[in-house]
Amino acid sequence: MFRNVAELIELAESQNKKISDIMIEQEMEFTKKTREQVVSQMEKNLEVMEEAIEKGIRGVKSHSGLTGGDAVLLQKYIEKGNFLSGQTLLDAVSKAVATNEVNAAMGTICATPTAGSAGVVPGTLFAVKDKLNPTREEMVRYLFTSGAFGFVVANNASISGAAGGCQAEVGSASGMAAAAIVEMAGGTPSQCAEAMAITLKNMLGLVCDPVAGLVEVPCVKRNAMGAANAMVAADMALAGITSRIPCDEVIDAMFKIGQTMPVALRETAQGGLAATPTGRELEAKIFGVSLDKRD
Amino acid sequence: MKYKSVFDIIGPVMIGPSSSHTAGAARIGRVARDLFRREPKWATISFYGSFAKTYKGHGTDVAIVGGLLDFDTYDERIKESLTLAKKNGMKVRFIEEDAITDHPNTAKVKIGDDEGELELVGISIGGGKIEIIELNGFQLKLSGHHPALLVVHDDKFGAIASVSNILAKHAINIGHMDVSRKDVGKMALMTIEVDQTIDENVIQELTALPNITQVTRIAE
Repeated sequence: MFRNVAELIELAESQNKKISDIMIEQEMEFTKKTREQVVSQMEKNLEVMEEAIEKGIRGVKSHSGLTGGDAVLLQKYIEKGNFLSGQTLLDAVSKAVATNEVNAAMGTICATPTAGSAGVVPGTLFAVKDKLNPTREEMVRYLFTSGAFGFVVANNASISGAAGGCQAEVGSASGMAAAAIVEMAGGTPSQCAEAMAITLKNMLGLVCDPVAGLVEVPCVKRNAMGAANAMVAADMALAGITSRIPCDEVIDAMFKIGQTMPVALRETAQGGLAATPTGRELEAKIFGVSLDKRD
Repeated sequence: MKYKSVFDIIGPVMIGPSSSHTAGAARIGRVARDLFRREPKWATISFYGSFAKTYKGHGTDVAIVGGLLDFDTYDERIKESLTLAKKNGMKVRFIEEDAITDHPNTAKVKIGDDEGELELVGISIGGGKIEIIELNGFQLKLSGHHPALLVVHDDKFGAIASVSNILAKHAINIGHMDVSRKDVGKMALMTIEVDQTIDENVIQELTALPNITQVTRIAE
């Protein structure tokens, strides 16, 4: 069983295997299930992700009315063809948004690694898919590769916003996605780790400050940028750029930053954007609670 | 290592919006329901930390009651659980606690009916994964991800050995085991997480042992 990224890379490279293989084999050993059983369970998760994206792209609205419909706007914008960044990048962003809009509307999603950060991994996957034309099996592998990196973060740091802030949720998701993009694009296990490190470094310190305690503002747009961050970091790693700080040390830094983060900025809706005048106003409008109550 | 399966990370499939505050809460409620072995008539649910501050926005209240109604994390009925509970005659009360707990996402669930009561404390540690840290005043550790046995027994020598002997006889492997007691020589609780599902005959065999008061099985 690998305990950190260094061990994961060592296992993969010494046996000339992919990260996804190492994760599948570990899962087989832990659950005593066959490869087919483990893979088919992940296929079901892939189907849930695909359905959520399709639903979000058709357009949803949350109960509070704070989020919904942005995935549609972005898809229409892409169709016009006058975008500045890039088609795959924007497609990833819109599909990440689609997933989180469905999540905010209490729809069915697959947590990756959490519900609040559920957009990044599937969003990037279903965008990169159109560029790389993977088989369904390779798409399932993408989820195992993301899972392997998420596994290390969860066990060595945190994937909970209440414990470690948004860096632990969207930050982790973004790093997981970056690593999986690299594997799907034909990069080495080491390059996967570099992509994860580069991504996470740029998510450090991100606080969890949901307006009215809802997983909507700013969560949906944080997933958008998490997807964009993952795409760019994957390209950087594939170009041969490495992180001066090793991936495991970045994860450790994230953990320590989370521990010193004030409670007001860890999913309590007491600080950050939640405590802005507009944030408080929205909260009062949604719940009919006086603004002073929480202070 | 707290997370052991890749499906703790890529998963669960769930109703939004929060894995810790919605899916995790549903799982805490469902473990309580499992242990109580029937639908309770009343429930008093206390929220601490981030749960207390944000439970309305995250649907934590709806989810935990959904769990008490035996709904899984992806069950669409979670959304209507408060109405469904009312229809079933279940009285539900929520309390926002100010006390600081070790974990920011902590819930205390007290449930009962005319026959009995149960109280447990659960924490939601991220990504939908939960731990039950207290049951009827006993400290324990239960991930809810493996089949498990809860054995209430007298705090006497040989009690633990007699239970593990029977599990060995049935080729059931123990993955994790915890023993706690309220006082020396008094009532104690064994928490045993196992790799295989446990048949009813094993439960009966365990219940028949001397010094064993109650055996409860929790499915995965």
